[in-house]
Amino acid sequence: MNKKLFVIAATLSVAGSWSAVQAETLKFAFQGSLNALDPYSLNETFTLSSLGNVYEGLTRRASDLSIEPGLAERWEIVEPNRWRFYLRKGVKFHNGNDFNAEDVAFSVDRVHSEGSDLSTRVPADVKVEIVDDYTVDFVLSGPNPILHYEWDTFYIMDKEWTTENDAVKVTSASDTAANHAALHANGTGPFKVASHEAGVKTVFEKNDGWWDTAEHNLDTVEFTPISSDATRVAALLSGELDMVYPIPVQDIKRVNENAGTVALTGPELRTIFLGMDQMRDELLYSDVKGKNPFQDVRVRKAFYQAIDIEGIKKKVMRDLSTPSAIMISPFLFSKAGEFERYPYDPEAAKALLAEAGYADGFSVGMDCPNDRYVNDEAICQAVASMLARVGVKVDLNAQPKAKYFAKILASGGYDTSFYLLGWTPGSLDSWNVLNDLMNCRDEAGAGSPFNNGGFCDPKIDELTDQILVEIDPAKRDDLIAEAFKIAHDNVYYLPLHQQGLAWGVSDKVQLVQRADNQFKFRFVTKN
Amino acid sequence: MIGFATRRFVQAMIVMLVVALLSFTMFRFVGDPVNQMVGIETSLEEREALRERLGLNDPIPIQFYNFLSKAVRFDFGTSYQFRQPVSDLFAKRIPATLELSFTSALFALVVGVPMGIFAGLNRESPISKLFLSVSLIGISLPTFFIGILLIFLFSVTLQWLPSFGRGETVQIGSWWTTGFLTVSGLKALILPSITLGLYQMTLIMRLIRAEMLEVIRTDYIKFARARGLPDRLVNFRHALKNTLVPVVTITGLQLGSIIAFATITETVFQWPGMGLLFLQAVQNVDIPIMSAYLLLTAFMFVAINFIVDILYFLIDPRLRVGRP
Repeated sequence: MNKKLFVIAATLSVAGSWSAVQAETLKFAFQGSLNALDPYSLNETFTLSSLGNVYEGLTRRASDLSIEPGLAERWEIVEPNRWRFYLRKGVKFHNGNDFNAEDVAFSVDRVHSEGSDLSTRVPADVKVEIVDDYTVDFVLSGPNPILHYEWDTFYIMDKEWTTENDAVKVTSASDTAANHAALHANGTGPFKVASHEAGVKTVFEKNDGWWDTAEHNLDTVEFTPISSDATRVAALLSGELDMVYPIPVQDIKRVNENAGTVALTGPELRTIFLGMDQMRDELLYSDVKGKNPFQDVRVRKAFYQAIDIEGIKKKVMRDLSTPSAIMISPFLFSKAGEFERYPYDPEAAKALLAEAGYADGFSVGMDCPNDRYVNDEAICQAVASMLARVGVKVDLNAQPKAKYFAKILASGGYDTSFYLLGWTPGSLDSWNVLNDLMNCRDEAGAGSPFNNGGFCDPKIDELTDQILVEIDPAKRDDLIAEAFKIAHDNVYYLPLHQQGLAWGVSDKVQLVQRADNQFKFRFVTKN
Repeated sequence: MIGFATRRFVQAMIVMLVVALLSFTMFRFVGDPVNQMVGIETSLEEREALRERLGLNDPIPIQFYNFLSKAVRFDFGTSYQFRQPVSDLFAKRIPATLELSFTSALFALVVGVPMGIFAGLNRESPISKLFLSVSLIGISLPTFFIGILLIFLFSVTLQWLPSFGRGETVQIGSWWTTGFLTVSGLKALILPSITLGLYQMTLIMRLIRAEMLEVIRTDYIKFARARGLPDRLVNFRHALKNTLVPVVTITGLQLGSIIAFATITETVFQWPGMGLLFLQAVQNVDIPIMSAYLLLTAFMFVAINFIVDILYFLIDPRLRVGRP
């Protein structure tokens, strides 16, 4: 009994001392959980976003997503194939170790090792040469103007710490024992991981020895995953949490009407689009036999013009979307403004279908996820009913992402005729879109693995190769625009919209909502 | 006795084997785990290499053999999502689920039993009718709806109780964490316990009411009244005692299902227990966690039934007669 009383007294005194210090604590929730702390084990936005508060890359992205120096003070291209990075001096990891060139070389090796999900961050043929303790050269096999575009999420790890703790191997799911780096973190960033219980709670603490001047005024950040939408919103409305995301679009009004909370909305970088099987000579799911209607550009254009994108924006997305004419966010491509959607015109669509020989329409099976993108299933339902108006009967097959992706991607043999997908280029650059979604591929997926429809336009492939090595930004943008124009003219894809971000924020908190949906604690102030 | 126990034990083993086979077969239809483990830009070769390392390309009988031979040693492998051993994750989550289940069962008993007695004794009273209507709600409304209703009333509108989580917890020993010793921990228990226990409460209430109505009509109660025994003695000593036999059986079995099926309540309240872990595992095709959860649940039920069978054997002499 005495023991129990002692525990209660101790708990109360701890609680008492906490409030006396007046520490600023930010409490926030996200729908998913922070699984492993190893920065190379999963290439996924939330994981990288959270770990980006603890670890840092050679570069980093500012609140407007522009690239700025991170752990590297500056860099230059000394020869076309040789990039030189000058490292910041006096930076220390959370455990007190110095940051230097050895750590950079080590991190490149580790990110390339088996089990790493971020190996594409550094092209495989890049060689690292240490010039001195604070100068590193990256030697390429060919010019690459976007080498460092994804390095804001290629986090540098401490060689000594990782070696001492037997974590040189990337935490892989096939391991039998937990890897030290999956449960602990040792970065250079503005926050340290104070405690981490995967799927339950992660506590971050301010790093007093951070090299940069802190804009934030936080001492502690507490993260809880809350998967149920209603509970997440309730926790914000009741004032238990300072920030939650995402907010379901139907709850935005409620969050805004509540005193003390506001829903912060903005366009996300992700483009939602529809794709069509243009590779097989007969569709897998259709009543048209012996030929593939999607191989006819008139049919694809008819589908495009049958979709009332403004209607989807108003009714399905409740204004939280930006209709799109190209396959990349207008934020990420300077010439995006030159593209315009084909107008919504069901009559023109019917005429095009009739011209292509489908005056009575046809039926086609459509695949759709129901737990991946904002209102994904509702978008597909809306598209199905719009297509019904021009005579195309859509059999919708909406299923959870775990089953959906297993069906429509290469691992499922591209088992689809008509599908919905969302894409954010990891490098925030058009080359990734062209390379992953628009180049030719073979049946197994070699080439452009996510070109699920399998269309093949050699001209786009050629342009993609040129864009990869073109150093002059203006010329490069012209080439990109040319490639996108080919895709637009031939209607290889049906772009729909940029889905919106919706974060619920307490009035006590000021923060920056980045369009890449990364939440950085260093921009947060609380009062 | 030993023969009976052995037979039961063999039957229990067969049940476990069937559950293992069923759960193993089911995993082939829940989706592709590799897809959930890597980012979308991961190349096909890397995906294939990962499948190979996980043993997903082995012939199915070999996969099943590997799965079984590890499971009997309580080694369920490493979680695909968390990259931690499943046994560690479970050890961390079990206290939360057990505390929630225990509190819910307590709530169901403490509230359900008196309500049932009252409704059984005063069947015409308006209060009894109110109890019955309330119990109808408890049985017919889905758990997640009751949970959300409670959250919006007590957390958002009144702001009395937290809407999610366990509150502050205290570490006892090396692996048990408890919410019973802190104010926020106790507050956090209230809403989920009511949500989880409501169905059991109404079940117990209706059961006791029905049993009471039946017992009251029996001859020995009539005789007790005829002897002029006071109401209190008749109702509680003679009537209630005789209603309790089925109630105890049902409560025991229900405790098992409270623990096993706390999944929905735990999801609504983001209660960091095993049910939440399981549901997230299903969404992410985390096969090691799913298989461990299913096997543990089956194990729990088989164990409870085994113990109950043995207890019956000890209590009821009729079972002993006529058996070799």
